[in-house]
Amino acid sequence: MPDLAVDIRDLWVFYNGVPALEQINLEIETGKLVGILGPNGAGKSTLLKVILGLIVPVRGQVRVFGEAPQKLRHRGEVVGYLPQRPLGNPHFPVSVLDVVLMGRYGRVGLLRRPGARDQEIARRNLERVGIPHLAGRPIGEVSGGEQQRVFIARALCVEPRLLVLDEPTVSLDACAQDDVYDLVNRLKEELNLTVLMVSHDIGGVARHVDDIVCINRRIHVHQAPPIGRLGLESAFGCSVEYLFHGEIPHRVVKVHDD
Amino acid sequence: MTELLSMGFLQRALLAGIMVSLLCGVLSVFVILRRMAFIGVGISHSAFGGVALGFLLAVDPLWTGIGFAVLVALAIEWAQTHSRVEEDTAIGIFFAASMALGLVFLHLSRTYNVDVFGFLFGNILAIGKKQVVEIFCVTAGVLAVTLAFYKELVFLSFDEEMAWVSGVPVRALRYLFLVMLALVVIISIYLVGIILVSALLVIPGATAQNLTGHIRRMIFTSAAVAVGGAVGGLWLSCLLDFPTGATMVLLLAFFYLLTTAAPWLRSRKGGA
Repeated sequence: MPDLAVDIRDLWVFYNGVPALEQINLEIETGKLVGILGPNGAGKSTLLKVILGLIVPVRGQVRVFGEAPQKLRHRGEVVGYLPQRPLGNPHFPVSVLDVVLMGRYGRVGLLRRPGARDQEIARRNLERVGIPHLAGRPIGEVSGGEQQRVFIARALCVEPRLLVLDEPTVSLDACAQDDVYDLVNRLKEELNLTVLMVSHDIGGVARHVDDIVCINRRIHVHQAPPIGRLGLESAFGCSVEYLFHGEIPHRVVKVHDD
Repeated sequence: MTELLSMGFLQRALLAGIMVSLLCGVLSVFVILRRMAFIGVGISHSAFGGVALGFLLAVDPLWTGIGFAVLVALAIEWAQTHSRVEEDTAIGIFFAASMALGLVFLHLSRTYNVDVFGFLFGNILAIGKKQVVEIFCVTAGVLAVTLAFYKELVFLSFDEEMAWVSGVPVRALRYLFLVMLALVVIISIYLVGIILVSALLVIPGATAQNLTGHIRRMIFTSAAVAVGGAVGGLWLSCLLDFPTGATMVLLLAFFYLLTTAAPWLRSRKGGA
């Protein structure tokens, strides 16, 4: 039996009585880079939040490395997380290094200050994501792509085994998107990570991940790429068209019947 | 003799003013960054209910005020997590209800006197030794707790969800911050009164944000602005024979307008 990073059985989540996730069964092996695709409101972020322990499911069992997420967090084994909108207040008065150091705060513990080792870990992770020169800049002054790198560096600072990225490429241009995918792949290899990545960018995800999970309240497909047209169509609820441009990343255009 | 006495009460006023404003200045930064300006208004006005209850029961209004303010702060937090209302709606409901309750308590206790006016608008010149000691205890305690949990409070202000995921006890710290806010509001009432307390919790932080782009400098700047406003306001009010609390708030508001209107005073990226 393979080592499982995430093991979900018969998961149900409700918002105000309406199911957001229905009867989810999902196994993710350690060391895989898994893309999670699905239309708006499909429950992608909800699934991530269940795995992080932010949402406690009404029904079903969630195990991350064999333990309930809340228990795992309590024990100090923290999942690296890149939220969908990581910078709520663009004028928040902290530097890039301050933000990355925040990833250490849970590890450092209450009533203690981050020490030289924490500083070093933060700087090393800034180097890993390729932006050590931005350490002293105010977080609001770096570009969107650089910000994503800052927040990925912060996620790495918890020294995770599992990295969870909620739409890391949203609002980035095509080049910056590809850079992020390459970076994530490199980090996965370098740090032996299991990575879950939610995305809207079907073409980009299909090209860069080991497995794809299509989700629309239920899980429709769970297979290795190339991703099947039928699978996508059943997840998105409308027909999907592939366009290939030679070496350029795949683009997918949705064709709506109604 | 009269001069000595006046020296005494002025010294106490000055001491109390410096301590309270210093504390408000520090907390103000977190109030601004966590967008909690309205909570300060809510808690301070709720304290009116507690103060009036003190008059009714003939006990020290400080204690009933603290009890009430803490209770309302926690109720606001509880209401927004357990019902569909937004935080500002919960604040709007609770502070109006506590003020109404305060009026009923006052009616029952039949003490429409100067004391009540003092609580509403502050009376820094009437601060006695006991109040100075109370203010000192709260100032020392809250500053110590803020310093102890500084990194967590910054993280919480930046991104609560992320702080939780990183292993920070977010809910406990949220409640802790509200309790500290309630304590600070109560001791600030001596200075500027229930109606104007929120000014001390909002204006120094907002002014500091105009002047600097880093949180540590912002905290020191905010504290300096608050103390400057309190001491300057005290001095001006003696000079002009104006009400002290109101003069302090007006001076702080002037600082804010000055730093907002004068771009050469602002940091490169300040409040752009």
